[in-house]
Amino acid sequence: MEFLQPTTWTEALAMKAAHPDAIPIAGGTDVMVEINFDRHRPPAFLDLTRIAELSEWGLDNGVLRVGAGVTYTQLIDELGDRLPGLAKASRTVGSPQIRNRGTVGGNLGSASPAGDAHPPLLASRAIVELASSAGTRRLPMHEFFVGPKRSAMRKDELIRAFLVAPAQGPQQFSKVGTRNAMVIAVCSFALAIEPDRRRVGTGIGSAAPTPVTAPEAERFLEGVLGEHDLWQTRAPVAESALLRFGELVAAAARPIDDVRGTAAYRRHALAVMARRSFVWAWNEYRAAA
Amino acid sequence: MRIACTVNGTPRVAEDVWEGTSLLGVLREHMDLPGSKNACEQGECGSCSVYLDGRLVCACLVLGGQAQGREVITVEGLASGEVLHPVQEAFLEAGAVQCGFCTPGLVVATHDLLTRTPQPTTVEIREALAGNICRCTGYVKIIDAVHLAAKRLTLPREGDGKGGGPRL
Ligand SMILES: Cc1cc2nc3c(=O)[nH]c(=O)nc-3n(C[C@H](O)[C@H](O)[C@H](O)COP(=O)(O)OP(=O)(O)OC[C@H]3O[C@@H](n4cnc5c(N)ncnc54)[C@H](O)[C@@H]3O)c2cc1C
Ligand code: FES
Ligand code: FES
Repeated sequence: MEFLQPTTWTEALAMKAAHPDAIPIAGGTDVMVEINFDRHRPPAFLDLTRIAELSEWGLDNGVLRVGAGVTYTQLIDELGDRLPGLAKASRTVGSPQIRNRGTVGGNLGSASPAGDAHPPLLASRAIVELASSAGTRRLPMHEFFVGPKRSAMRKDELIRAFLVAPAQGPQQFSKVGTRNAMVIAVCSFALAIEPDRRRVGTGIGSAAPTPVTAPEAERFLEGVLGEHDLWQTRAPVAESALLRFGELVAAAARPIDDVRGTAAYRRHALAVMARRSFVWAWNEYRAAA
Repeated sequence: MRIACTVNGTPRVAEDVWEGTSLLGVLREHMDLPGSKNACEQGECGSCSVYLDGRLVCACLVLGGQAQGREVITVEGLASGEVLHPVQEAFLEAGAVQCGFCTPGLVVATHDLLTRTPQPTTVEIREALAGNICRCTGYVKIIDAVHLAAKRLTLPREGDGKGGGPRL
């Protein structure tokens, strides 16, 4: 087994090109479980923790570019005000030990339908930046996830960063689990409302083969808010519209029965989370007037 | 492979380490530091908690080579010789230790919490220790121990006349 430890991004891409079967390792919170239990013996490791630029973030032309090696603890401490939805999701990840080490790049790399960073990234229409020694490409988040634990990343590619606009309005994240910490989501829901663009964004976790959005629910709510000029008046939204929004979110999921919950329960919980998330977000918007 | 890092303030080298070995394996099997415990090897129990460059991590989830050149502090590095650290004393006094398997991890995690939050509330303690599992004591005495340690650490040191403030 080889242990590759690049110190620059260019070096990392060259090493990945030369060793396409090398397993990238960042926080190791997914990779090491596989290794410790001997589920996987890769021919080589590619340690990404020496590449300083990978754990940095910056603002470029009004868009945040966040390195793949930024940890959940960093997101909470450094970006909580600009990415409140993702920060809320980050606070629910594992334990302090896991949040100190686990990265968003690793969450994307594993591409689990239950990855907690995914719903808020979908809701705020983030973009993934992939790179290989042949060049860089950027993919909308919803095109990145292609199946359970499968992504659009090629073998010669690495995740460099994600790009996202700082929050334009209230963002929410909720997750159903059996405990307040250390749980894989039974299902989860993220919401971003963008008053400037008159837009609503959603993200659903653990309730389909991949993390998904609920476009019909988004269009429905944008319609309701536009029709009654609610963005302007900031009046409460009718209960019937909230219920319909919840139903449409539940309908966008494709859940299964498994050890963590039934499909029916997941649909029900999603409808409730969607409704409540919107009320929380809308109340925050109204209070900000 | 060869792994060189600083452990508890001392430069250490481990030779002939298999590349897939975790930092926990390096500490326990190559550096004669069995204080950090191996209970689950999947990040669930926290009994392997150590500091890596000042951050609390599960040593079982760090690949040995990732510690190359880094600074590691284990539970062995908290006591001063035979004199226990106040966090360790508090665990003993509060009756928060039964079989003791979870204790090293809890002591390091508590040390980390009190460094950042010298007077934590019970809710803050529960949140900070959510990644540490104990199968014997139950958490009531563990939480008592953390409160006791917090109190001790912010009390004036006898005879130094300097008043309060953490002395971790
Ligand atoms: C006890 C425990 C609790 C957990 N709780 C949660 C939870 O609540 N929510 C949640 O979402 N997850 C949870 N996880 C899973 C894990 O912590 C997350 O998925 C985390 O984001 C992984 O990040 P990492 O840096 O540790 O990834 P690693 O383990 O280092 O890597 C994960 C995968 O991504 C690949 N990879 C990493 N970085 C890159 C890159 N830059 N480019 C290309 N590929 C890359 C790796 O090759 C690997 O396939 C938990 C894990 C444990 C052990
Ligand atoms: S042995 Fe590392 S968390 Fe359990
Ligand atoms: S004292 Fe036995 S596991 Fe905690």
